[in-house]
Amino acid sequence: MNWVNVFIQGLLLGGLYALFALGLSLVFGVMRLVNLAHGDLGIMAAFVALACVQWLHLPVLYSGVLAVVIMFVVGYALQRGLLNFTLGTDDTRPILVTFGLSIILQNALLIGFSADTQGLQATALTTSSIHITNSLAIGYYPLGVFVFSVLFIAGMQLFLARTKIGRAFRAVSDDREAAELMGINNRHIFAVAMAVALAIVALAGVLMGIRTTFDPTSGSLNLIFAFEAVIMGGMGSLWGTMAGGVLLGLAQTLGAQAFGSGWGLLCGHVVFLAVLALRPQGFFAKTVTA
Amino acid sequence: MSARAFHVARSSRWHLVALAVGIVVLIILVLQPTQWAVLPLLGLNILPRDLITFLTLLALGQLWNLLGGYAGLVSVGQQAYVGIGAYGLWLLGDVFHINPFVSVVLAGFLAVVIAVPVAPLLFRLRGGYFAIGTWVIAEVMRLVVSNIQSTGGGSGKTVISAAQIITAHGFGGVYWMALGAAVASILAVFFLLRSRLGLALTAIRDNDIAARSSGVNVFRAKMIVYVIAAFGGGVVGAIVAFQLLRIQPAAAFSVINWTAYPLVIVVIGGFGSIEGPIIGAVIYFAMLQTLSQYGSWYLLALGVLAVVMATKAPRGIWGWVDKYWHLHLFPVRRRLVMEAPPVTGADTAPKPTSTTESA
Repeated sequence: MNWVNVFIQGLLLGGLYALFALGLSLVFGVMRLVNLAHGDLGIMAAFVALACVQWLHLPVLYSGVLAVVIMFVVGYALQRGLLNFTLGTDDTRPILVTFGLSIILQNALLIGFSADTQGLQATALTTSSIHITNSLAIGYYPLGVFVFSVLFIAGMQLFLARTKIGRAFRAVSDDREAAELMGINNRHIFAVAMAVALAIVALAGVLMGIRTTFDPTSGSLNLIFAFEAVIMGGMGSLWGTMAGGVLLGLAQTLGAQAFGSGWGLLCGHVVFLAVLALRPQGFFAKTVTA
Repeated sequence: MSARAFHVARSSRWHLVALAVGIVVLIILVLQPTQWAVLPLLGLNILPRDLITFLTLLALGQLWNLLGGYAGLVSVGQQAYVGIGAYGLWLLGDVFHINPFVSVVLAGFLAVVIAVPVAPLLFRLRGGYFAIGTWVIAEVMRLVVSNIQSTGGGSGKTVISAAQIITAHGFGGVYWMALGAAVASILAVFFLLRSRLGLALTAIRDNDIAARSSGVNVFRAKMIVYVIAAFGGGVVGAIVAFQLLRIQPAAAFSVINWTAYPLVIVVIGGFGSIEGPIIGAVIYFAMLQTLSQYGSWYLLALGVLAVVMATKAPRGIWGWVDKYWHLHLFPVRRRLVMEAPPVTGADTAPKPTSTTESA
């Protein structure tokens, strides 16, 4: 029964990883940019929410919403003020710039909040659970996050397929020049995509901050998890990213259960490397180029 | 129509001057731990420990530039091999009782043993995803070492064989090894770029699909570069462990120490040039001596500097020197040199288009 419990834990954790991965995947899809500061921006959102709770004495829910809105604006500004200038040059420049950004964010957070581990407290929400049997219980919170992320991905799919902005995202992704000729302002669309991506990663960061603890350096690990989910799921597939996130979550929790807590993360990485070796295009790849 | 006579040249007078200066600097650095030390006479009282840091970072910068600047393989995971090298020194020196100086070199080969199977996996990823992939490998190494009891777990080990040498003979040996590593990394990159592989790398960096269709074996070229960088990383890791005498997973596999610093050095000094990492290392070292006490603010400033340089001056400081003075200290490029002025038909003579590589 314990294994079932662990399995469910891993499954639910995967939903959170998928949310982290979604923004990374969206930005890469729209503008072929891999944002190495992606994880740090998610953690930054968690710290923004924490600041709202501590300094403005807002409830966690409102703080989280505020953090998401702030990160949306930050995303737009970041893209138009900095990242747009790195696109269309050589391939290495965006990597260097976003890596530099990651160093900046980590150290700014260290200066502002110290290296202490923090958490967002939402007491009743995180401790209550659905009692199934004596040894099997599902927390309302992880379940809620999972259901939310499934719904979110479904909504995202609709957004990309049906809305005007969604069509613009796909058009710019397919052919920048042609999209520009059709009257799309690429720089604006890139900035909107980054804004949406950062809003999603902010959501993921806040939800993670409620679920577990975080510190200014947590971003790197979240970037790696998001990346593993994207690659395992396959480029360009949102449901694939969800599947990748779930697979990673399962590998980590089952690995920790089987070999001891220290080995959980390692099992996640090993499963990722195995997928990379055996099925490098991922499970549900839609685009050919990696 | 008479073609103008020309030949392809590589070296120039500047290169001889640079070579002479380089030899003088090298002699000064070699003599540093002896009674003929010159640096104190110039008013530079630098601790041997700090000089070793400088030399190891110079070596890592040079190797990182070979990967990122020349082969287009931007890695944020070179700490994987530095860490393996550090633990390699302990494994070979303390467990297998091999002479620590020999172990330093063997640690490089240990890194190669890991790099060879890892590289084909990573090459399936491109650009930014390749970068994160290298980070995953480093994380895997760190987690493995942290979880194994015999390597001391999270608290690490003391390298006793190296400690015995340091107590008996001081830091001279480690210093010379660090100097050797720095010089070897510069020479390795230099000769590599002058070889056929150097041409292949330039072609790959500019457009790897075009390079492939022109008959360049892209996989082989990337593999060679990746393995050389891994070897160098391993040697540097062993030298650092030799100096510190204490190894710990968090420090040995630190992304800041072994990837971010070399990256910043290259970005400041000059991406894609041999001179760049040398300039960058000197600037970085000067900053380290004066500003490192500011801790997080210092790192923050380095991050800002990296972002500003990468967006505003992607070829770094050496890029400016190259642009305004056309100065190259290392003859890795080929230039066209016109021999005699054309005798007849000067108007119709075809102007030779520049075949100078932008190395």
